[in-house]
Amino acid sequence: MKIDRIIPAVIAASSILLFGCPPKESGGGGAASGEIVIGHLASMTGGQATFGQQTDQGIRLALEEINAAGGVKGRMIRIITEDTQSKQEEAATAVSKLISRDNVTAILGEIASSNSLAAGPIAQQNKIPMVSPGSTNPAVTEKGDYIFRICFIDPYQGEALAKYVANDMKLTRAAILRDVKSDYSMGLADFFKNTFTQLGGTIVADSSYAGGDSDFKSQLTTIKSQKPELIFVPGYYTEIGQIAVQARDLGITVPLVGGDGWESPKLIEIGGKALEGCFYSNHYHVDDPSPAVHQFVASYEKKYGAKPDAMAALGYDSMKFLAAAMERAANLEGPTLRDEIAKTADFQGVTGTITLGPDRNPLNKKLVVLEIKDGNLVLRATVDPAAGAALAVTESAPATGTETTTAK
Amino acid sequence: MRNWLVRDVLGITVISAILIGLSYLLGWLPIPGMAYYNRVIVTIGINIILAVSLNIINGHAGQFSMGHAGFMAVGAYTSAYLTYFHFQPFLATMKEGPAQFAMQQVLFLAALLAGGGIAALAGWLVGLPSLRLRGDYLAIVTLGFGEIIRVLILNIDKIGGARGLAGVPAFANFFWVYLFVCIVVIVSWRLIRSQVGRAFLAVREDEIAAEAMGVNTTHYKVQAFVIGSFFAGIAGGLLGHYLVYLNPGMFQFTKSFEAIVMVVLGGMGSISGAVLAAVILSVALEALRFVKEAFGLTADPRMVIYAIVLILLMRLRPQGVLGNREIGSFFRRRNGRSE
Repeated sequence: MKIDRIIPAVIAASSILLFGCPPKESGGGGAASGEIVIGHLASMTGGQATFGQQTDQGIRLALEEINAAGGVKGRMIRIITEDTQSKQEEAATAVSKLISRDNVTAILGEIASSNSLAAGPIAQQNKIPMVSPGSTNPAVTEKGDYIFRICFIDPYQGEALAKYVANDMKLTRAAILRDVKSDYSMGLADFFKNTFTQLGGTIVADSSYAGGDSDFKSQLTTIKSQKPELIFVPGYYTEIGQIAVQARDLGITVPLVGGDGWESPKLIEIGGKALEGCFYSNHYHVDDPSPAVHQFVASYEKKYGAKPDAMAALGYDSMKFLAAAMERAANLEGPTLRDEIAKTADFQGVTGTITLGPDRNPLNKKLVVLEIKDGNLVLRATVDPAAGAALAVTESAPATGTETTTAK
Repeated sequence: MRNWLVRDVLGITVISAILIGLSYLLGWLPIPGMAYYNRVIVTIGINIILAVSLNIINGHAGQFSMGHAGFMAVGAYTSAYLTYFHFQPFLATMKEGPAQFAMQQVLFLAALLAGGGIAALAGWLVGLPSLRLRGDYLAIVTLGFGEIIRVLILNIDKIGGARGLAGVPAFANFFWVYLFVCIVVIVSWRLIRSQVGRAFLAVREDEIAAEAMGVNTTHYKVQAFVIGSFFAGIAGGLLGHYLVYLNPGMFQFTKSFEAIVMVVLGGMGSISGAVLAAVILSVALEALRFVKEAFGLTADPRMVIYAIVLILLMRLRPQGVLGNREIGSFFRRRNGRSE
């Protein structure tokens, strides 16, 4: 049969054609003039697709503003977004493509720590600076001195939350319910526990569940008998809603407290009324009264017709952060740019003021505490040690507004 | 003296020499983006090993395994454990130079073989009870096995748990990957022409008839399973040492499906088909990145086109690109075969 011969030939020919497409001429980011090319490594498809898409929108908004203002060093910036499919192998291939084929000046990404860990060594090896907008695992930046991040890390978040609860809300009895399957949850719980006990609080119960469980009644019953004043549940939004519903069924009225893993539109959808009065820490809040946030939210809504989430804000900040360093740098060679990024201090971003420490993580970054009220998220407190200002406590929390929280 | 064995060992030696030459050539070629193409070529190699090894189980012996990613994970973590915790510190104590380089290659080979060996052992343990099952049941058992392995790894803190194992030494390269590509193809080729391979085919075509003819079906099914798992373990080891990072999330059942797609697309039971499909699918996935650039699209149509290509291929050629024949048969004259 003829078709036997034709189909393989057609496939072979078309793949050669596609693969052999010559690169566009404008790809030379290392050149002294013309466009500056920046690579964005993002999970545009796959399990963490919302992370990548939101970040990309944030980055593109920042890019538009930068280019409208004349670009960096008088040169326009172009972004090439490569999909990682939320897979580590793909992240490695994509970063390799951006560096060796597109000659990017720097890389933005990834959000998920596991993908950043796979991509990081390649950027490091090629001496191309990489700025992660949202990988909170401490190991990411330990991979080399070309890898940076602009979000806070898990130990910092756990500490800040413990301080807020102990110092500002004056609570002394906390219970912990952690997800043993998630490294993030385990780490956050430990850091919270350490700080909370140091500040004189007592952990009355430390129970665990496995991500994917749907029945938490036995753990919650144990916790209830210990009469805690709050329950710290540093898991992901998928289980939090169910935990809240079951806790309320058992007559537990104290608030549940969590970290940025709670951030999702799905959270309130699942938990509903049971989550009233609960709060969690996050990178930023859309209703933050600061002018920078206000302006960002307004222009984001104008461009995309939706409110930006934390990932969009982090993406926006990472682009602005990188552009600022590029503007300051004498040239855009990897080592020079790396040194300049490392020197970043007092960068004013939407998610707070960024000053990088010696380990290439931001020091004393702003953190917001969001409360669920009438089915909406309201800003409850802002922990902003960098601003040197007092902790802004709003509404229901005890009036200790003059106290300064010095995290770290 | 077994003539074919001598010939194959000689053949592999010659191939090694050629591969070493090629790897230097690839590193030297002054093409922009060569590092990226190199990476794609190595990824293709790893996929070929996966597809050809799965083809032994699914294509030749006709057992529908959906746990290939699990065996891959076993091999990947075993070899990475050895190199990360034992070999790497040992190599660091040696003086830099040719001796250290040679030792590194020997130890890496040992780690890979150990990874493959443990994966084969896992294949034997899983295969022995479950290969008495047929069809759908076997698929479910192997699928379950793959997930069990993943959850086990998630809970072992020593090898990183959910965090993943970062900092696996970067020992794998073009040479090692393609050396094992050649080995898996040769082994698979020899196997199918041996008495064992005939038994595999007999089991695949009709288990009851094979049993009636005196073929110990369970024995051969387990054998196919063990060989397939061995090479899956090798592929895992190569992947870990190439990516220098391992994460249990890399070995989810979707990874098994990718290998199955390659085998089915290439044509069940066709070695060259499996190789061809692995090449086509890996290349297509990368080539489609450029569709977005070429047309200036904002959204990435990559996965959509990829899916359409798969559907079209299955619609137009349900038996796979090569059916169950080898590529050579298309170029030779047909001797009266109607199909």
